[in-house]
Amino acid sequence: MAIVLPKVSVKDLQEWSKLGEVFTSGHRLCAGCGAGAMARQVTLAAKALGDPYMFVNATGCLEVASTVYPYTAWDAPWLHNAFENAAATASGAIEAMKSMQRKGLMSERNVNMIVFAGDGGTYDIGLQSLSGAVERGHDFLYVCYSNGAYMNTGIQRSGGTPQGAATTTSPPGTVIPGKIEWQKPLAEIMAAHDIPTFTASPAYPRDLMAKVQAGLKHDGPAFMLVDSPCNLGQRYAPDISMEIAKLAVKTCFFPLFYTYKEEWVLTGISARLAKNPDRKLPIEDFLKPQGRFRHLFKPEWKKKLIEIQDTVDDKWERLVTKATCV
Amino acid sequence: MSGVRQVVGMTGDEAVAHAVKLVNPDVVAAYPITPQTIIVERYSDFVNNGEVDTSFISVESEHSAMSACVGASLTGARVFTATASAGLALMYEILYVASGMRCPIVLAVANRAFSAPINIHGECTDQLVCRDASWVSLFGESAQEAYDETILSFKIAEHPDVMLPAMFGIEGFIVTHALERVETLSKQQVEDFIPASRMVRDRFCPDENKTFGSLVLQDYYMEIKRQQEEAMQNAYKVTKDAMQEFSEMSGRKMEIIEKYQLEDADYAFVSYGATAGNAKAVVDRLRAKGEKVGALKIRLFRPFPSLDIFQALSGIKAATILDRSATFGSPGTIVQTDIASALYGKENVPSLHGYINGLGGRVLTLPEIEEVYEISKEYNNIGMTSTTDWVGYRK
Repeated sequence: MAIVLPKVSVKDLQEWSKLGEVFTSGHRLCAGCGAGAMARQVTLAAKALGDPYMFVNATGCLEVASTVYPYTAWDAPWLHNAFENAAATASGAIEAMKSMQRKGLMSERNVNMIVFAGDGGTYDIGLQSLSGAVERGHDFLYVCYSNGAYMNTGIQRSGGTPQGAATTTSPPGTVIPGKIEWQKPLAEIMAAHDIPTFTASPAYPRDLMAKVQAGLKHDGPAFMLVDSPCNLGQRYAPDISMEIAKLAVKTCFFPLFYTYKEEWVLTGISARLAKNPDRKLPIEDFLKPQGRFRHLFKPEWKKKLIEIQDTVDDKWERLVTKATCV
Repeated sequence: MSGVRQVVGMTGDEAVAHAVKLVNPDVVAAYPITPQTIIVERYSDFVNNGEVDTSFISVESEHSAMSACVGASLTGARVFTATASAGLALMYEILYVASGMRCPIVLAVANRAFSAPINIHGECTDQLVCRDASWVSLFGESAQEAYDETILSFKIAEHPDVMLPAMFGIEGFIVTHALERVETLSKQQVEDFIPASRMVRDRFCPDENKTFGSLVLQDYYMEIKRQQEEAMQNAYKVTKDAMQEFSEMSGRKMEIIEKYQLEDADYAFVSYGATAGNAKAVVDRLRAKGEKVGALKIRLFRPFPSLDIFQALSGIKAATILDRSATFGSPGTIVQTDIASALYGKENVPSLHGYINGLGGRVLTLPEIEEVYEISKEYNNIGMTSTTDWVGYRK
């Protein structure tokens, strides 16, 4: 069954905002953190569907900042097990409910299971657990909110860290200018499991929330990669997080799309950029406001900037070639 | 026990699988590893032939097996898994999550040596090093004990005064793959023994907006850990009572420690698991030669039954501890150091002589056991002491 993105209007957002927050205020995420906006959008989109929802959260910023005992920011069933096993934990809960429903120990109904994990918990340490749960067909929407490094432990490089970015384990040295490698192609890896795969940005809430609902409506696992701006780790002022997130999309560094089996579909701004290539912004517009890329603008690393632009262009062109637009 | 006893020939692993079948847990999440594989293979047969209605999750690692067990247990399900050696080591992180979140998961361990060098045979180090993970921990000597402890473990773990996970071990190949006589129980007996209802607890489920697995810092962490210790202390009496009830139900005597020819003994063997069978055989041989010797078998390893062991060894001159586990740079074998702690400062207790033996499935023969017995006796002539040595290897 093909993916159909529901149309989410501004009016829908107004209505949904009256439903009551699932991810409530009082959490301890940093001012300017994109994960908070992401969590509110995902949870409200789930709530708007009407079915009960449950959350499994890997260790990371969102988990640590939202459940400092004896407080919780979650007005929902919420479970954290460890760092690398959120998907396996969700597998257990899903099978437990199925089994207990079969035995009459729990009432039967559809439950929307959502897993949250960061880039460290997904690209790196949690990839095996995620791949396994998806292979087993466990019905959840896995949301990886990638802020591009191990921000919770102090900005260490992950498989989701962009090339050239300075982190505490890929510092801008005199010999090596930040992270050497490009990010792991996580969305493509998950798409290769033949499951609906979405990318989204909290800077474009209607696009993100439509994708959450499409992912949850799908019978079986679905994956969503969210670009989550982090002012602390990406080093910019906290009031421009959404601007940074928009620039990631407008420079085609982080295209918005979804894919399922043969179908690749660009959405929102990315669809418009595919139709109007002259509106695509140069990668420098995304890199320059962020302190983590500051060193790349020294004269000796000019070649690096060109390399990054070339890679962005190459990946974008290949995506546009195979994608349709909505 | 009434009626005719049903007797079946089964390997230790098969005995575990058949016992789990009678329990029919809601979720089994497991990953194959020799010598545990027969357990999950047989159980897969039961699932795919509709003989149980368990959800079987074929996970992609032991880490995910234990992780899925935690997710399922917190959802309120009755949960079982099985592993060995490297698999148990891979679970190790989540063992602490399971006990810390008070998940009464039952885990069968086919005790096997750790790598390196890689080896697939019997050794108990894997389970012994989990001693501080806040799991109830039992050892079984035979396929029969494997069968019985499977069922018993659910009873202990889910007891409201305990609510901790429980593991029990049988030695790889020596017990897991040896065909033995097993007296089985009926479905009705097991249903009467283990409550039909699932435990009453806060659950990760759609009806309860509850947070599980919070970040707990200096202000509350220690209180939560202390509650675990109290639960572990409760597990001592709960295990004793459950064994008593099991004995009455099955007609097979089950105790946290087993005493063999100890009443008038001057010397004793202390062991656990399959080694206990050899120790008893040596006792018979030595008794025939006029030696006043007995054997003590430890079935409950955690919580450690200090008082019972002190009472059992009281009046003994020297105890020969046969420990099929490796520990390096330690003041004694793993079980020996526990026994030493249990006896410390007490009067009329034996000197302790620990022997690391049987690593990687190496056989310690009955004559070799007799030899170490003689060495222990000689040590005793120099007075109260605790010694440790390795036996049964090429020097």
